[in-house]
Amino acid sequence: MSDRNRRKFIKTSAMAAAATALPMPFIWPKGASAATVKMGILHSLTGTIAIAEKSVVDSELLAVEEINNAGGVMGQQIEAVIEDGASDWPTFAEKARKLIEKDKVASVMGCYTSASRKAVLPVFEKLKGLLYYPTYYEGLEISPNIMYTAQEATQSSIAATEWLYENRGKSFFLVGSDYIWPRTTIKLCKITLDRLGGTVAGENYYPLGHIEFSSAINKIKATKPDVIVNCVVGGSNVAFFKQLKAAGIIDAGTTVLSLAVSEEEVSGIGSENTAGTLTCMGYFQSLSNPTNEKYVSAFKKKYGANRVTGDTLECAYIAVHLWAMAAEKAQSFDVEKVVAASSGLEIDAPEGKVKFHTDNHHLWKHARIGEFLPDGQAKMLYESPLIEPDPFPKL
Amino acid sequence: MFALQAFTGLSVFSILMLMALGLAIVFGLMGVINMAHGELMAMGAYATYGTSVLFEAYFPSLMSIYFIVGVVLAFFATSVFGYFLERSLIQFLYKRPLDTMLATWGVGLILQQLYRQFINPRPVEVPTASWLQGVWQVSEDVSFPMSRIFIVGLAFLTATLVYLFLYRTRRGLLIRAVTQNRGMSGAIGINQKRVDAYTFALGCGLAGIAGSSFTMLASTAPDTGQAYIVDTFIVVVFGGVESLLGTIMSAFFIGQMQTWFEFYLSGSMARAGILLLVIAVLYFRPNGLFATKVRR
Amino acid sequence: MDKAATTEKPEFNPTLASTAVGMLERFGVVVLGVLLLLVVPLSLDVFRLGLAAKYLCFAFPAVGIVLIWGYGGILSLGQGMFFGMGSYMMAMFLKLESAANPDSSSGTALSAFFGAAGLPDFMVWNSIEELPWFWEPFHHVWITIPAIIILPPLVAFILGYVNFRNRVGGVYFTIVTLAIAAIMAIVIIGQQGYTGGINGITDFKTFMGLDLDNDTAKYVMYFITVVLLLLAVLVGRFILKSLLGRVLVAIRDQEDRARFSGYDSAMFKAFVFAVGALFASVGGAMFTIQVGLASPSLVGIVPSIEMVIYAAVGGRLSLIGAVYGAFLVNGAKTFFSENFVEYWTYFIGALYVFVVMFLPLGLAGILDKLRDVGKRSG
Repeated sequence: MSDRNRRKFIKTSAMAAAATALPMPFIWPKGASAATVKMGILHSLTGTIAIAEKSVVDSELLAVEEINNAGGVMGQQIEAVIEDGASDWPTFAEKARKLIEKDKVASVMGCYTSASRKAVLPVFEKLKGLLYYPTYYEGLEISPNIMYTAQEATQSSIAATEWLYENRGKSFFLVGSDYIWPRTTIKLCKITLDRLGGTVAGENYYPLGHIEFSSAINKIKATKPDVIVNCVVGGSNVAFFKQLKAAGIIDAGTTVLSLAVSEEEVSGIGSENTAGTLTCMGYFQSLSNPTNEKYVSAFKKKYGANRVTGDTLECAYIAVHLWAMAAEKAQSFDVEKVVAASSGLEIDAPEGKVKFHTDNHHLWKHARIGEFLPDGQAKMLYESPLIEPDPFPKL
Repeated sequence: MFALQAFTGLSVFSILMLMALGLAIVFGLMGVINMAHGELMAMGAYATYGTSVLFEAYFPSLMSIYFIVGVVLAFFATSVFGYFLERSLIQFLYKRPLDTMLATWGVGLILQQLYRQFINPRPVEVPTASWLQGVWQVSEDVSFPMSRIFIVGLAFLTATLVYLFLYRTRRGLLIRAVTQNRGMSGAIGINQKRVDAYTFALGCGLAGIAGSSFTMLASTAPDTGQAYIVDTFIVVVFGGVESLLGTIMSAFFIGQMQTWFEFYLSGSMARAGILLLVIAVLYFRPNGLFATKVRR
Repeated sequence: MDKAATTEKPEFNPTLASTAVGMLERFGVVVLGVLLLLVVPLSLDVFRLGLAAKYLCFAFPAVGIVLIWGYGGILSLGQGMFFGMGSYMMAMFLKLESAANPDSSSGTALSAFFGAAGLPDFMVWNSIEELPWFWEPFHHVWITIPAIIILPPLVAFILGYVNFRNRVGGVYFTIVTLAIAAIMAIVIIGQQGYTGGINGITDFKTFMGLDLDNDTAKYVMYFITVVLLLLAVLVGRFILKSLLGRVLVAIRDQEDRARFSGYDSAMFKAFVFAVGALFASVGGAMFTIQVGLASPSLVGIVPSIEMVIYAAVGGRLSLIGAVYGAFLVNGAKTFFSENFVEYWTYFIGALYVFVVMFLPLGLAGILDKLRDVGKRSG
């Protein structure tokens, strides 16, 4: 209870502070008078996707603060310009244009959904901006003006399927929200299963925001799969897990592996509903290495002991650092030079050492499978070696 | 398998009925196009969340029954809000029903942002009492989740109480009088303003109950209401706007359709199929399933 | 304003023509034209002008809604569907044009790498090897433009006539439109290989060889939008002033009586519904050209409701009001969200409540009030 209160207090007081110090536009930090460089932050602060994106902004601001306290980028303090994409793709395009044309930002950290990224992509390409995109996604894209700091689909789906097949069983039930990421991920999963000789017990897609999964659960009961691969995203996951739990499927020993549930989502789903299920991500808060411990404690110090971080937040955090490092290396904020300097750039991230691919703008990453514990944290069961990003898999 | 599907159908039916009862009163009887109905459900859900937080802090030993208190509190919280909403806004708009849509859409936007800003932008966790978590194991293959059995029970209880209230009490009689014939009921000296306010409050309170019980099935988040609002309107209109019985029948029909469509089709196509069916049925029954026969 | 055309205010006080209000009332279209053709382009930079163009695209469906809702009495919560049809048809044309030009787009360069040049990028990703038949006609602009003008009204007419004929009216028709808009959004999202799915269709470079990103193109497109919009307002006006408009109002107020007088009310309602669909479709097409995307998020229920709100804010009986309404609401969204990131939805919500409570006839209502004051003092 006291934690809840404190968290709420911190939130509201932070909000109050933001309100009193709200210039036009909202600028962080204040008083950076000498040399500053502007960096845009473009996420949804309102609308349906705000659920996921608000905390991403927190993680990015933490990285900005760290860099500024360490002397900035090439001696220049970073000034973050925050814009609200409002969960609306045309608005994302409009705000991206504003950040590049009006604010003349050197780079933008932004977007969460693929749809928002697709909407801003032409803007970044035409106006020669630079976007760092921090969410795991379906791949199928390499833009010269975008750096991708999270997993693309092949980096999680294939490794997860292979591991499940070896350790948990041969018949898979696949369920996802109905859009490109779950469909691509499940397609890769099916191709991998085909290669291994596993079977698909069922494949189902539900509209985004769907909350009634009882028919899906009946199908699962009828087909009795060994493994359920869950690519449901967002608020639907809460319904999916609650109903799965209530139907007794999780307790009956069926393996459930989610590809879009991190520690952050667990806090909304309820950790008692996810306990015992598996997740596949590039990063867990529970990873034990010095960089991660430093990151987690800084995050908790800034935003409250009760806050949890997760894959997307970590990818957003390293995105800011990767940009700063590339600019230092290039000794310039020029987009082309920063991109060139990023090729092969290595960073000691909370998720371990990762590095940019020499030419496809994605990171070499580990796939990690973890089991959710009753406290909502994940216990790592498997860690793959660094996997080469392959956004256009030849299948 | 048939038993499971039949139960799912019953469960979906009761969920739709709970969602739609409140709107059937507010929209069906009073003609207020309440676009904030979904946000009122979210308010009920948050009231339940608040109750759980309070119980956890002060009466941890009573956590097993907090949910019952949560449902009751949700009813009162939303109906009080509904009462003030009616007094401050809706009462000026009875002559312009379409404008209520615009105003309540605005109210809904404001409520959503309030939840986002002052409670939590992410979904909050509403614990399910332990006795609601289990399953009722009928046979080896057939088992029903307790939470759904509870919702079915709650839905029927609520529907019965609403029926008794509307048809067996004096206040209910007044409500029916005012909604059926404003002019005449005014002429015989019924205080319409009061009746309007508590009718509206009742409808909102029912939304609160619905929202509260759905915390067991789905998420409690600022945009929770958006997931419900369209289905709720479709159920009410499909049944024939002015008929409470029609609303219940329509919930049954749509619930069954949804259950079987989703079993045989993929989720998205099932949804499109249901909507198509609604359009087709409206073509043959232009005033909803249960049209009251009036000369128009 | 247009209210003068309705039966509500039959007599017009000639002495008022000399006052400013009277001028505005009589020369509403001229004032709007001067504002949009001169004042806006001269006072805004290219970025803001692009935003203004976007707002104006939403004014098209709003003008249509004034016709069908304000005068026809049909509340459609499915205008996003027609907006989306126009938007998608234009997007298909633009996408094919980009795809045909191998080095115009990063996506297409990659599709060339996959050995499937000429196909839109998202089809390549979804392993669709051949252009689906319904994409074929959109290679040609002279099929695309007529399709945008003819198809949505045709669909609307059939949909409207079938339903109105069967006396599906009022909220029941509203639910039908809402359901169809929802179905369209679901189908677009579900059939991503053919439609681009939830990502929509994006990344266009040229329109008939004209580079869409240079400033001249933006000005040209802006002026085309304004001219089309003024045309829509004038067409609406013409309809309302004609016999058709008067029958429409009669049907709205007393449908049975109009029917017994020998008018085929279903035909009239379906016709005006089709006109509304035409406006929405043209708006959608201009939106896609200028904003550079077609998205299922503009097709579903929420955008459809917002379009009704633009009309309501402007004044549901005023064609010109709808333009100001769309402009005001969208402008307010941009302004508040740029300046008050955390709070802007409160302002928008409050704006809706305020309009309903104090301006029941929307912005156009202000004008009426001013005129009444003018009348009393005159």
